[in-house]
Amino acid sequence: MVKLSIAPKSHADAQLTEYLETYARRIQATPPGMCPLALQLTLLQASAAQTCGKCVPCRDGLPQLAALFEKVVACQADESTLTQIKELARMVKGSSDCAIGYEAARSLLESMNTFAGEYSSHINNKVCTQDIEQTVPCETLCPAHVDIPSYIALVGEGDYAGAVNMVRKDNPFPTACAYVCEHPCESKCRRTLIDAPLNIRGIKRYAVDEAPVDTVPIPKRNPDTGRKIAVIGGGPSGLTCAYFLAQMGHAVTVFEAHKQIGGMLRYGIPAYRFPRERLDEDIQAILAVGGIEVKCEVTVDARQMKEIAETYDAVFVSIGAHVGKPLNIPGSDSKGVYSAVELLSTIGDGNYPDFTGKRVVVVGGGNVAMDCARTAVRSGAKSVGIVYRRRKEDMTALAAEVESAIAEGIDMILLAAPVSIETDEQGNCKALHMQPQLIGPVKGGRPTPVDANKDQVRIPADIVLMAVGQDIVTQPFEEYGMQAHRGAFVADEYLKAQGLENVFVGGDCQTRPATAIKAIAAGKVAARNIDEYLGYRHKLTCDVVSPEPHANDRTPMGRVDLIERPAHIRKNDFEDVELGMSLEEVKQECARCLRCDHYGCGEQEGGRVQYV
Amino acid sequence: MSNIKLTIDGKTLEVVKGTTILAAAQMADIKIPTLCFLKDRSAIGSCRVCVVEVEGMEYPLPACKTVARDGMVVTTSSERLTTYRRIALDLIVSNLSEEAWKVDEASSAADTNNNQLQTLCQEYGIETASFKTAAPPKPKYDSNPFLSFDPNLCIRCQRCVGACNSAARNHTLRTGKKGTRTTISAPFGKNWKSTECESCGNCAQACPTGAIKAKVKLNYQPGEVQTTRTTCPFCGVGCQIDLKTKDGKLVDVEGANGPANKGLLCVKGRYGSYNFVDSNDRIRTPLIKNKQTGEFEVASWDEALTLVTSRLSDIKKQHGGDSIAAFACSRSTNEDVYLFQKMARTVFETNNVDNCARV
Repeated sequence: MVKLSIAPKSHADAQLTEYLETYARRIQATPPGMCPLALQLTLLQASAAQTCGKCVPCRDGLPQLAALFEKVVACQADESTLTQIKELARMVKGSSDCAIGYEAARSLLESMNTFAGEYSSHINNKVCTQDIEQTVPCETLCPAHVDIPSYIALVGEGDYAGAVNMVRKDNPFPTACAYVCEHPCESKCRRTLIDAPLNIRGIKRYAVDEAPVDTVPIPKRNPDTGRKIAVIGGGPSGLTCAYFLAQMGHAVTVFEAHKQIGGMLRYGIPAYRFPRERLDEDIQAILAVGGIEVKCEVTVDARQMKEIAETYDAVFVSIGAHVGKPLNIPGSDSKGVYSAVELLSTIGDGNYPDFTGKRVVVVGGGNVAMDCARTAVRSGAKSVGIVYRRRKEDMTALAAEVESAIAEGIDMILLAAPVSIETDEQGNCKALHMQPQLIGPVKGGRPTPVDANKDQVRIPADIVLMAVGQDIVTQPFEEYGMQAHRGAFVADEYLKAQGLENVFVGGDCQTRPATAIKAIAAGKVAARNIDEYLGYRHKLTCDVVSPEPHANDRTPMGRVDLIERPAHIRKNDFEDVELGMSLEEVKQECARCLRCDHYGCGEQEGGRVQYV
Repeated sequence: MSNIKLTIDGKTLEVVKGTTILAAAQMADIKIPTLCFLKDRSAIGSCRVCVVEVEGMEYPLPACKTVARDGMVVTTSSERLTTYRRIALDLIVSNLSEEAWKVDEASSAADTNNNQLQTLCQEYGIETASFKTAAPPKPKYDSNPFLSFDPNLCIRCQRCVGACNSAARNHTLRTGKKGTRTTISAPFGKNWKSTECESCGNCAQACPTGAIKAKVKLNYQPGEVQTTRTTCPFCGVGCQIDLKTKDGKLVDVEGANGPANKGLLCVKGRYGSYNFVDSNDRIRTPLIKNKQTGEFEVASWDEALTLVTSRLSDIKKQHGGDSIAAFACSRSTNEDVYLFQKMARTVFETNNVDNCARV
């Protein structure tokens, strides 16, 4: 009888699991600005290393592809090398026995389209494209390019006001971003190589909690330039633009359609995620610069827009995306069916709905859907469900938001596509009918749901909230002469509105609904480019010096995550759900920062992404 | 078992369910090139030379290991297939010494099987290796008296592995599955005696490039020998063999596809079955012992048989059939041994029958 063993088939496999995690983290922390072809080469080499050695295309083809590709990476290849690579890759893709071979070749062939510019540069110009240059990861990936290593160091030293001003150099919304930023800065944090990315947002939150931004003096405004600039829309983008323009010495008038300024930070994000008084701190600080006039409850029409464009030296249009997309199914006009943004907008002015005893169903899988559902819970709803036609992992909402919603007792009704809304004789919403879905083929990077061979499902509902996207009111501005494409304004990368002289446009109304930090970045870019358009090159001071770095502490250490108040308590009120770090925690977290501004690429010429 | 229908190159065929595309094509005399495929032994689809187009599939499939399905529409040649096959051959030969694939009259590729890679390379016009890498030559494994392995000629097709494991079931010749460095672990090195290898040589017979070589083949060129199909006389199994003769002398044996051996041979059959024919120790006439001198003396067949018949008849008469035992030599065919026991039971009237066929 042959003896069996409980040991792994390969003894190295046991150790490999841990090793692979390190490998995966290294891939995750791929520095921004790396040559994509150099990366592609490592993927090819890794694929070749994975071959079992059975089949010719994989075993012999992949190393040969890697050898040929090495020449491309080294800028020593010509068109004929590329032709040879293409032919060989097609054969490997077409005749490999298993995915180790064919996926490697597929990805190589795909890269030839995705990175066509880079290939061409390597082949024809014998260099990488110009923007291939490594820069500090967090700072680069923050759309507003905030000097993150510096403010982390300031927090680490206990200089919270300094940290606030360091953030403010590039982003006048430190508090908003401390609470609701999606923190793209963390995604490729170099610390990931050692343990995990820093909790950058959590650190920022500690700073603004310790030094509320309206108490931190703002650097002195430049002398008046005598120039007048109009900002249409007082959201994060418009106010950021206003802040920097005012700093430069220009006079800014902000036109806001709502009762108050703040945009989606007020009319989209509920108070339990971002307390209103904390938003006001950011706004107070912005207005404290001086030179900013705010006109609320002014909805700019085509005629006014024309007048404004003629009266002011420049205009920045940042009207956001405030109209809920309708879901046109039978019964969608019945009583009790609301748009999600409408609901959140009403709350923005402090008018909370009363859903006591109501069964609420939210349709959608984005952050707005989560915000609505969690608001409904806090408004006394008897039950709240989120209906989404894909799977949980396909939801566009942040995973943490989804988890929090579930913890607060919200049902996730997944793989269900709304078909119709049932009403009673009075036209009141009674139930939502849904067609079960089957997750299907991946198209454009996401799996598409298709109708499953199952009966329709009915869920009783007194209130249905539609959170299926937002539209932009482009019509009046198009009438004036601005260009829009598929519902969003068209601008170049410098945010100049297409076909107009002194009109700039940015934020959600140009990108379609995105994140606060992207809107803020757009406001900053617009302010700079308006300044430049007016013939200036203002420099802004920051008055804070980046602390000298400590040597890296390389000891692997867990990441400090922010925790939330217990779900059964927090779901009863609109108070902030999240708990900030303790001093002990923030010190530990700041100490993990590797100071990439001083170590590695950050120190050399071109290693930073900063506006002076 | 039910049948299915498929179309290959426009020909509609009906085959037994479970038949591979390659087998179906062969039945219809449609040629699909193969290299790593060894019938009944190895269909791992490693060389990708047998790829064919199947209607509705985005990519080609290996004919050797793809089971035909009802309604399948197969095309065995296309521009794409030719390109893929060419590249596969090109990749293969790029790793090899040229003697493994370049057609050269003086080459030592003696085995008829050994021409397979060469034949394919000729057919697909492979004249140069496009992916040549300057790898240092690897040492040969040459200590086994019957077999040698030259990694520089090996295409790692694993036919030898199939021959050793699924045919001979010796499980000694394996693949060193080390990714791109995969090689054949041939047990012919210095420690050959301590391995389980029986030197049966089925691997050498399976090798399409001559990387594994039976040393006996170095003694002749394929054109100089004549082939005679016969039964191996070494034991009673009845393996079919092709004897190779050069100038009237036996020089080699190849396993023929007989019902008992299906192309396989054991070490004795392959390297011993014919060697005794010309042995100096071989007794070429009957011998009778001279009682006076105690020496054997040459006798005629008649003398010898007369002596044996009279002595056995006397013994049977005096002591009965049970006093005689019939013991046959195992170096006899099954048929001879059968006749021998028949004679013992009917003529000698004894059931004391045995032989030493325990090889």
